[in-house]
Amino acid sequence: MVIIMGIETENSEIENSMRETARSLLKEKKVDVIIGYTNGTVPLSSAPIMITKEEEVEKLIWNNLCYVNLAKYLVPRIPQLIDPEKGDLKVGIVSKGCVGRALIHLSVENQINLENIKMIGIPCNGIINRKRIEKEVGEKEILEVFAFGNDIVVKGKDFEQEFSFEEYINELCKVCKVKSPPVLEELAEICIGECQEISSIGDNFEDLVEFESKTTEEKWDYIKDTLETCTRCYACREACPMCYCNLCFVDQNKPIWFEKTTEISEIIAFHLVRAMHLAGRCVACGACSSVCPMGIDLNLITRKLEKIVKERFNFTSGIDSKKMPPMMDFSMDDAEEFMLEED
Amino acid sequence: MTTQTKQEESLNDEWEPKILAFLCNWCSYAGADLAGVSRIQYPPTIRVVRVPCSGRVSPYFIIKSLMDGWDGVVVSGCHPGDCHYLTGNLVARRRFAILKELLEFFGIEPGRVNFMWASAAEGERFANLIKKATKIVKKLGPNKKFEKKW
Repeated sequence: MVIIMGIETENSEIENSMRETARSLLKEKKVDVIIGYTNGTVPLSSAPIMITKEEEVEKLIWNNLCYVNLAKYLVPRIPQLIDPEKGDLKVGIVSKGCVGRALIHLSVENQINLENIKMIGIPCNGIINRKRIEKEVGEKEILEVFAFGNDIVVKGKDFEQEFSFEEYINELCKVCKVKSPPVLEELAEICIGECQEISSIGDNFEDLVEFESKTTEEKWDYIKDTLETCTRCYACREACPMCYCNLCFVDQNKPIWFEKTTEISEIIAFHLVRAMHLAGRCVACGACSSVCPMGIDLNLITRKLEKIVKERFNFTSGIDSKKMPPMMDFSMDDAEEFMLEED
Repeated sequence: MTTQTKQEESLNDEWEPKILAFLCNWCSYAGADLAGVSRIQYPPTIRVVRVPCSGRVSPYFIIKSLMDGWDGVVVSGCHPGDCHYLTGNLVARRRFAILKELLEFFGIEPGRVNFMWASAAEGERFANLIKKATKIVKKLGPNKKFEKKW
């Protein structure tokens, strides 16, 4: 049976144990601040929260609507996480699988020091794709969300609609193999709560077979139709834990690499380069798709990136803190079947 | 649509693609030079940009040139292990591998972007590869996907 977490009170065991862990961490002064999720201002949403006092622990929640990747709040460093005297504060962070992966990968890239971090591990069984639900509901306003059996029930003024949980979670969550944060051998103590040991992820990328069997023209049509609505608000970039450049290539104006219009060629160029930058770094959290105001599903591109680095370089981001990511490394014997050769 | 394609096909006989070539200073540029002084014939489709190393070629360059209307892009560097900066082309190779797969995934003909190795002594090989690249791009026709509508 699928447990839809947190939305229903009887399934709040995980939530309670998380609050307990958070409370004891703050009490024992093991961490100075806890980053977690709290209720959003509208139904079908959640918001990030920073907690420094024990009393505030009750504000923390965990359910299938917690789509934000909290690792985003560590890089670049925000003033709330730095003490003028002590330097970096110790941070407890509520971690589902992909948050854990993002933290490990950020430490590989020397962006954070894992010794300052405690992961409060949580087993996650998928994040509800609220954009798809909102799309189906249409113009009507959603006032209430609750779980009923295996369904998510959305209620509003004179309407009630049921959505199957298994169907309406993110595409990435359907194929996710890292449900709770990975344990690192050398830093086992940073993970508290539910954590899992992963050495490698076996994945056959069956979900990509259909798309990849299309011809180039069909692919172009599909990608064009999907991305056409993009308004280039860069919400995907803002939500991505791996996008931490001081100056993004699209904001650069000397030289202007890519113009700022919503012309289809510009949109494609933006998404191509964004994908390029995330190769071997993307942790498959699906935050980019969850925050897209136009409801564009970027998960297909994300999956392809995972596939490329897995097949070419046998690398999965964020599960191993010792292995070099492919784009930070090189090797004499990489495959080069794509190079032009004489007949 | 069909009449347009037919027209294009008939035009393709005379139509010559314009290809932007990024050549590394130490091998391929010298290779192109050798092809020139050895009077080896190759199609006049390429316009050369000399770069210090194939590792200097960022995906920005390639995507930007497609957006600017070039029908094809060629990047050529030293053979692996021969790089003047020791590992520049190895870094570039990984980048190109991913870019090529992504272009294909996005539905942009991967044949428009070609990567190759040519050393300073391989004038003939350089000419042959340019011939081949020109043939591939010619078959694909003009670059329309990145055409600006306004």
